[in-house]
Amino acid sequence: MGLELYLDLLSQPCRALYIFARTNNIPFEFKHVELMKGEWWRRGEPPRNPPGAPRGVLGPGLTEEFRKVNMLMKVPALKDGSFTLAESIAILLYLARKFKTPDHWYPADLQKRAKVDEYLSWQHVNIRGKGSKLFLTKVLLPLLTGQPLSPEKLEGVTEELNVVLKQFEEKFLQDKPFIVGNEISLADLVALVELMQPVGAGYNLFEERPKLAEWRSRVEEAVGKQLCQEAHEGILNAKNLTADKIAPELLEHFKHQLLKQSS
Amino acid sequence: MGLELYLDLLSQPCRSIYIFARSNNIPFEFKHVELFKDSVLGKKPAAASSAEQPRTGPSNSEGASKISLLKKVPALKDGDFTLAECTAILLYLSRKYNTPDHWYPSDIQKRAQVDEYLSWHHANIRANAPKTMWIKVLIPLFTGQPLPSEKLQEVMEGLATSLKQFEERFLQDKAFIIGNEISLADLVAIVELMQPVGVGCDVFEDRPRLMQWRRRVEEAVGKELFFQAHEMILNIKELSNIQIDPQLKEHLAPMLMKMLK
Repeated sequence: MGLELYLDLLSQPCRALYIFARTNNIPFEFKHVELMKGEWWRRGEPPRNPPGAPRGVLGPGLTEEFRKVNMLMKVPALKDGSFTLAESIAILLYLARKFKTPDHWYPADLQKRAKVDEYLSWQHVNIRGKGSKLFLTKVLLPLLTGQPLSPEKLEGVTEELNVVLKQFEEKFLQDKPFIVGNEISLADLVALVELMQPVGAGYNLFEERPKLAEWRSRVEEAVGKQLCQEAHEGILNAKNLTADKIAPELLEHFKHQLLKQSS
Repeated sequence: MGLELYLDLLSQPCRSIYIFARSNNIPFEFKHVELFKDSVLGKKPAAASSAEQPRTGPSNSEGASKISLLKKVPALKDGDFTLAECTAILLYLSRKYNTPDHWYPSDIQKRAQVDEYLSWHHANIRANAPKTMWIKVLIPLFTGQPLPSEKLQEVMEGLATSLKQFEERFLQDKAFIIGNEISLADLVAIVELMQPVGVGCDVFEDRPRLMQWRRRVEEAVGKELFFQAHEMILNIKELSNIQIDPQLKEHLAPMLMKMLK
């Protein structure tokens, strides 16, 4: 059995992994985990793939397999023989090393590498944190709780995101084509997938930010526009998610969790 | 000019860098930044001696600001090269100074496990542990309001959940997070957990497995170095003797009140 990646493309880190593996022709078995369907914590029912999604692995065994791989029951997860790994950054680096991907992804040059590390570290609570929060507030919370969206709350999380976007442009991107100079690296890939989450929620943050929009085009070119589009199809249709597509026991479970998180 | 490290030992990430550099005999100039003092006025607490003579003064804070437009500490300056973010700095130092393999093993699976911990740490241990200091010390200090106990309860519960995951998923029955030897993962974890200890929430008290791990980490880096690095946080109560400039109080009050909610 070769490399297995457990992914749900609605999740930003999963998209980064998917794009990275595909663009580098890394052979892997795509284990499709559909978080909304709840089959990751329930036996038996085979998942239905949303239209346009890559072929997933169907079958009742998926849940147990997944549980063994990732005790925390979250995506993404990797299984390589008996070796299991969670956390997208760890998985990206593992793949880069194991499959000896081109240098620009994670440059051997000490200082360039450090700049990639710097972005990958900073982004956790900033771009990732605020982008996720916006998606949560605008899409998930109303969907899962049935409660209407509060405009002040949305304004608040949008402002928080705007602040980190400014920091991203001024501190990390500046006037360079990519975050670490002239070529795409893991930093750009991770940044892009995170920025697409608020876009999926209906906040087109690229609209009035020409520098960011140009950077986005460059990143998409570098990995392949079609691949990028394919990876983002689900999230860009996130507004079509309706409560009836979500497993009822999940609705209950998440209601409580998300209300806590959103405060 | 050699390597400069801008550090405030009240800050957890700064402690991990300080311990790592000293433990590996990496020569550096310690640019001591005192976040409270340098932000506005504040009386320095009757401190604690250190083996090193830290150079204090407003210039270190300015220097740090130039490096990182974001947070001031930790920050690294190596000739013209500047760097922020603890993980990035630790990795840079380990590579540049070729530190012993166990810190960041060349074996790709072991290395991946260190990366895995360092990543998980951000949204979990590091999200919860620092709040204990805010709630127990800083908020009362800055707002003059008494300790909000329900808030502390909430934070301690969040921290307990993270600690449970830490023990069950990462540490398990091993000596260190990735096996038999200390790595960057253990160092980054321990400094974070010492923050609640410093403010009187001893997370090691009812957790013998964690306590034993802590002892092993102290031994591995050197007990004297470990306690020297933690001297300030373990004497944090001295901080309440600081006179905070009213301007600073006013500036921070809205943010602090938000945290209280």
